[in-house]
Amino acid sequence: MNCQDSWYRNADPRLVARRWFFRQCGVGLGVMALGQLLSRAGYAAATNPLAPRQPHHRPRAKRVIFLFMAGAPSHLELFDYKPELARFDGKLPPADLIQGYRAAFINPNSKLLGPKFKFARHGRSGAELSELLPHLAGVVDDIAIVKSMVTDAFNHAPGQILMNTGSQQFGRPSVGAWATYGLGSESQDLPGFIVFSSGKKGPSGGNSNWGSGFLPTVYQGVQFRGGSEPVLYLSNPRGVDAQTQRDSLDTIRTLNQARLDEMGDPEIATRISSFEMAFRMQASAPELMDIAREPKHVLTMYGAEPGKPSFANNCLLARRLVERGVRFVQLFHEAWDQHGNLVKDLKQNCLDTDRACAALIKDLKQRGLLDETLVIWGGEFGRTPMVQGGNDGRDHHPNAFTMWLAGGGIKPGITLGRSDDFGFNVVSERVHVHDLHATILHLLGFDHTRLTYRFQGRDFRLTDVHGQVVEALLA
Amino acid sequence: MPRGFWPVLYTLLAAASGAGAAAAEDAVDFHRDIRPILSGACFQCHGPDEKQRKADLRLDTKAGAFEDRGGHFVIVAGKPEASRLMQRITAQDPKKRMPPAKSGKSLSPKQVELIRRWIRQGAKWSEHWAFVPPVRPVLPAVTDRQWLRNAIDAFILARLEREGLTPAPPADRVTLLRRLSLDLIGLPPTPAEVDAFLADPSPNAYAKQVERLLQSPHYGERWGRHWLDAARYADSDGYEKDKSRQVWAYREWVINALNRDLPYNQFVIEQLAGDLLPGATQDQRVATGFLRNSMINEEGGVDPEQFRMEAMFDRMDAIGKSILGLTIQCAQCHNHKFDPLTQEEYYRMFAFLNNDYEADIAVYAPAEQRKRADIFRGIRAIEADLQHRHPDWPKRLAAWEETVKGDQPDWQVVRPELDASGGQKHYLLADGSVLAQGYAPTKHTTDFTVRTDLPAITAVRLELLNDPNLPLGGPGRSIKGLCALTEFRVEAAPADNPKQKKQVKIARATADVNPPERELEPIFNDRTKRRRVTGPIQYAIDGKDETAWGIDIGPGRSNVPRKAVFVFDKPITFPKGALLTFRLTQNHGGWNSDDNQNNNLGRFRFSITTAPNAAADPLPEHVRRILAVPAERRTPAQTAALFSYWRTTVPQWRDANARIEELWRQHPEGSAQLVLQARGEPRPTHMLKRGDFLKPGKVVGPGVPAFLHPLPDQAPPTRLSFARWLADRNSPTTARAIVNRVWQAYFGTGIVSTSEDLGSQSEAPSHPELLDWLAVEFMDRGWSLKTLHRLIVTSAVYRQSSRVTPDLLARDPLNRWLARGPRMRVEAEAVRDLALAASGLLDEKIGGPSVFPPAPAFLFQPPASYGPKIWPEDTGSGRYRRALYTFRYRSVPYPMLQTFDAPNGDFSCVRRVRSNTPLQALTTLNEPLFLECARALALRTVREGGGTEPQRLEYAFRRCLARRPTATESAALLALLDKQLRRYQQGDTNPWELAAEDPKLPPKLPEGVTLPQLAAWTVVARVLLNLDETITKE
Repeated sequence: MNCQDSWYRNADPRLVARRWFFRQCGVGLGVMALGQLLSRAGYAAATNPLAPRQPHHRPRAKRVIFLFMAGAPSHLELFDYKPELARFDGKLPPADLIQGYRAAFINPNSKLLGPKFKFARHGRSGAELSELLPHLAGVVDDIAIVKSMVTDAFNHAPGQILMNTGSQQFGRPSVGAWATYGLGSESQDLPGFIVFSSGKKGPSGGNSNWGSGFLPTVYQGVQFRGGSEPVLYLSNPRGVDAQTQRDSLDTIRTLNQARLDEMGDPEIATRISSFEMAFRMQASAPELMDIAREPKHVLTMYGAEPGKPSFANNCLLARRLVERGVRFVQLFHEAWDQHGNLVKDLKQNCLDTDRACAALIKDLKQRGLLDETLVIWGGEFGRTPMVQGGNDGRDHHPNAFTMWLAGGGIKPGITLGRSDDFGFNVVSERVHVHDLHATILHLLGFDHTRLTYRFQGRDFRLTDVHGQVVEALLA
Repeated sequence: MPRGFWPVLYTLLAAASGAGAAAAEDAVDFHRDIRPILSGACFQCHGPDEKQRKADLRLDTKAGAFEDRGGHFVIVAGKPEASRLMQRITAQDPKKRMPPAKSGKSLSPKQVELIRRWIRQGAKWSEHWAFVPPVRPVLPAVTDRQWLRNAIDAFILARLEREGLTPAPPADRVTLLRRLSLDLIGLPPTPAEVDAFLADPSPNAYAKQVERLLQSPHYGERWGRHWLDAARYADSDGYEKDKSRQVWAYREWVINALNRDLPYNQFVIEQLAGDLLPGATQDQRVATGFLRNSMINEEGGVDPEQFRMEAMFDRMDAIGKSILGLTIQCAQCHNHKFDPLTQEEYYRMFAFLNNDYEADIAVYAPAEQRKRADIFRGIRAIEADLQHRHPDWPKRLAAWEETVKGDQPDWQVVRPELDASGGQKHYLLADGSVLAQGYAPTKHTTDFTVRTDLPAITAVRLELLNDPNLPLGGPGRSIKGLCALTEFRVEAAPADNPKQKKQVKIARATADVNPPERELEPIFNDRTKRRRVTGPIQYAIDGKDETAWGIDIGPGRSNVPRKAVFVFDKPITFPKGALLTFRLTQNHGGWNSDDNQNNNLGRFRFSITTAPNAAADPLPEHVRRILAVPAERRTPAQTAALFSYWRTTVPQWRDANARIEELWRQHPEGSAQLVLQARGEPRPTHMLKRGDFLKPGKVVGPGVPAFLHPLPDQAPPTRLSFARWLADRNSPTTARAIVNRVWQAYFGTGIVSTSEDLGSQSEAPSHPELLDWLAVEFMDRGWSLKTLHRLIVTSAVYRQSSRVTPDLLARDPLNRWLARGPRMRVEAEAVRDLALAASGLLDEKIGGPSVFPPAPAFLFQPPASYGPKIWPEDTGSGRYRRALYTFRYRSVPYPMLQTFDAPNGDFSCVRRVRSNTPLQALTTLNEPLFLECARALALRTVREGGGTEPQRLEYAFRRCLARRPTATESAALLALLDKQLRRYQQGDTNPWELAAEDPKLPPKLPEGVTLPQLAAWTVVARVLLNLDETITKE
């Protein structure tokens, strides 16, 4: 959110840069010279808060693609096979299991519901996957499955906000904002943190899922969408052609430059560069979004169809974005809240996503990008082994759920952690959301306890006072 | 240390501390130099939090820092070498060195040296400045006394002279008027206003402008917006559903309060406890909307109490930041690590706020209030006339009383067993009624089962009851606080054999309200083609899903308790007791459960009877209560209320009754406002372990922190006492916090840059004496904000030119010493308002509900937003209202405002970011409303700007920038105009494409103006609106 900033407090790197700029260049700098200067890496590094930066230690991942499965997918149908649960189907859960348990919708003392799909082992690693995930099965040796995820929240908005910002209370920066704050972006003309949304609806937490919290606004996620205008107000308005736009921008620059000469306020120089970057984005973003340029076999691999917005298209776009140096791409696919219609909806959701997720891994790998790209798949919590409604639904469940990670320094082909026989509680290798965050930051080259931002008199961090790097996940 | 980012930081820190060091050459100042070091590096383990405290050592209090620790001392004044502190912070042995490496903190050699010098100079200690009430400092001596215009200037100049800086020359008149206008009302001056000011030779010409602007109703809009940030104002609930809410009456209250210069202490008191003031007005109740601006979570699975607690934390945070200027929310989980605030003290303050209903009341605009007064006067007149013409009425009334006395059967309240499952949560209250809270599905059927041993049950009564937690007090949950009952069914089973459940036939139903059949309102449209209606109680037992019992009899009198009685065709008897299941089908909501479309019962109660022929009592509850009072002990109001009911039963008075009915039908709809409403019985407040509402600790009573001023001895433990305490003259931070924020709005940075936090971890004030002087002056002048504004804008420091030299920029990049005037991009709302004003499109209407200017429709639809949201784009002048009135969804912020750093109201914000990004450039270049402004400005320019192109240019330029263009600027803009004109004349494109909103419906061209000209001017106007200077206060 747009509250507070570093501008007047700690360090605004731009101010230092501006001082340098004025000392070195004088105020009466010509427009051309300014343009050249701005494009030179040295100056860009100093003027642009998104300029690439080095983290604490050598990073294993340089960029992140977070496939956020909003609504909370059922671990029991997809990853965490429980034969015991099948055996106890229709029976009430053991009393001690549900003692003190708070559920969102159901009476906790509801009957157990056996898994609805078949599972099989795949790959050299022999990881167990549901029949709903045939494509993921093909890349299962490239991913690490974590069956021991734990969170604190069991309602969607707080759960999503926790998974994305490390806190159930609104107002904290998102993981993508922290990553971009820490590392900047390698893209010259695209935002450093880009968000897509597909599925039935938008995520429950709304924009705060990709907000910058108390970090400067440049670090917040920018929502893209399919089509020729991925960014709001990207296109020239009706009646403004390229020539008129260029003429207009030249005149704006001339007048801004004259004002800079007169007033000496470096903020004007920043404004000039903002307009130039906007112009560049107008050219580069439509090209980026034009997936019709991809070869047929690539489109087929993802199941992407140009012109028809989908999760698959977004996966392909995510690859195109990280290729262009964007630091953090997050895909929200809100479809997984199966209080009912568990069988039908899960089938559909997997049809919509499985192929594209696997294609993304394959594609990144083929291009040599997977090594330095961290891919994360998962939702905000899991689902109850107890039934909701008749026999085809599950309620929210925070005590155990599954996520998977790949690339970017993740040990491939492993399955980490275990839940109990009902998939209710984690019994080994517990990974809390904060631990996941610590691990993401570690892979990006940060000590999560040291990537901090001073706000309201204290140093805030993504993991607050929690978080331990999950060493077992590291390659 | 890696290269790139961090060295840049260090350069700045070095530069900043360089400036500080120059000031600190002589005496070390404890507040400025030492306390921040101790706070940052030591307090975490040696501070207020006893749980974290190491070695039983406190360095945040004088007693702790100087105590005798068994023969040795941490600090020995004057003797650094004898002070353990020095030994430990300079120790070579990493095991001994403080702060320890694992704390992640360290001291720079410079900091160590400062501490050494401070001890050598006598280790002068004082409490943190902000916790000591401000006293008026003497004005400092300055050399250049001629420069001074008021007391503020003395403090500024003294500092400048110490730094060896001289103030900038005054800004020219045009720049100054534009600055003043943007600052005081958030709008640019018109060319006519500029001309009038330039033509005014009187010595008080500037003062006249100040008064003009302070009297403008736009003043309240401009400064109200600042407060609304702190009040985290938004028009929606936040979280997943993020439903729209009606709180604009609060916004209006803020605007009006500022416009009438309500003293700031009163401003605070009314927002915290206006409802508790004697004879509280509607306005004073509305003011408590401040506390209600917290988010509300009505997701399907929530426990409403959990999110009431979240809202409580949010209120505490908002009070801390916006009123006290302190960050107190750390103490919700543990003792504050830096400020002397304990967790217990946090919950003692919390306890003041914990005794309220989350109420939603009807509010009426002034015209509506007048209308209501007319209606009630009219009713009273008709009733008085009846009494006048029938002087025997008391006798007749008494006779009637006899007829209704004891005519009701005995009803036994039955309590259903409830669990927390399901979407809508039901709570059993002490009186046996059920309160529905949380998620509100628009179509649902719920069973309520009771066990009873009563034999031969003949009927069940369903009462609908008011509750302060319901919209407009209920009894329903619709936005009007009403509801509809689609079907009511009863099943009965023997208690010893629940499976033998049978449906009970209902022979007849009666109710105390039976409105005529009417079609559902549009908000309950369920996207089926069915004609769905509400009507009399029979509609609840007719087995039809399209019909329901309704209780809406029009505004002003529908939010009252209601009852319906359902008589069974045969009495129910089971030898071992009965299980009765009451099935409420409520299918008369709209299609979207994520929006405000429910039509559900809010609070209701079931009772059963064994009496034959039971029927719903036609007498309202309040009438029954009055009847219970002996006639001679009734108040006149009670007698009047009784009469008002009784007259409706008198057949001869049909005409009079009909006239009164007609008056009621004119009752205005009004709107609603979230407010606080005190509960009769206070809730116990527990300290919560780690802030978790499921882990209540010990119970604490209301109280205030010891480090701040005390509560008056006799103060009752109410929210009003807390409000008065917050706004007390003895508060060390209240006045400082607000004057600092006003200063921040003018100069970009507060005197304390961390305006949300004046506590131990705050940045040292740039001009501590000025801050105190302003705070004391502010309070001495009756907490008048307008007086404060007048003082600041008439100072010499405010009137300086904002031009900056490279040398000055190098010495004071952040302009903390104020050797120049402020120059900064205006806030998000002003960016929009400037374009609207320059183009002449601005609709200057003040107040009213929020508006819906153009926005990309897809943002409000899945998958961009969680649920489909309503954005009925205004097509009239509503789209040109000031940005302050733009409807604000928390989960889908209005893009233009968000891009320019407006906060979305998730939490209290007292200091906005001011960013400068390519997305902003795209917005002002291409966003539709900015383009409308360019078109309108162009049209106005060719119409009114004069006969020649240079004259027109000057006209358009002045509308945007107030000043006239320079020769260079004119040349560049006219060249652009000329080039575009030629392109349009060549006819490559249809000029209306750019120049008209709708090329098929172009506006009329003014006489003598060609279409290519207008299009070319549109290009130029767009350029003008995109200049840095246009959106900058210079």
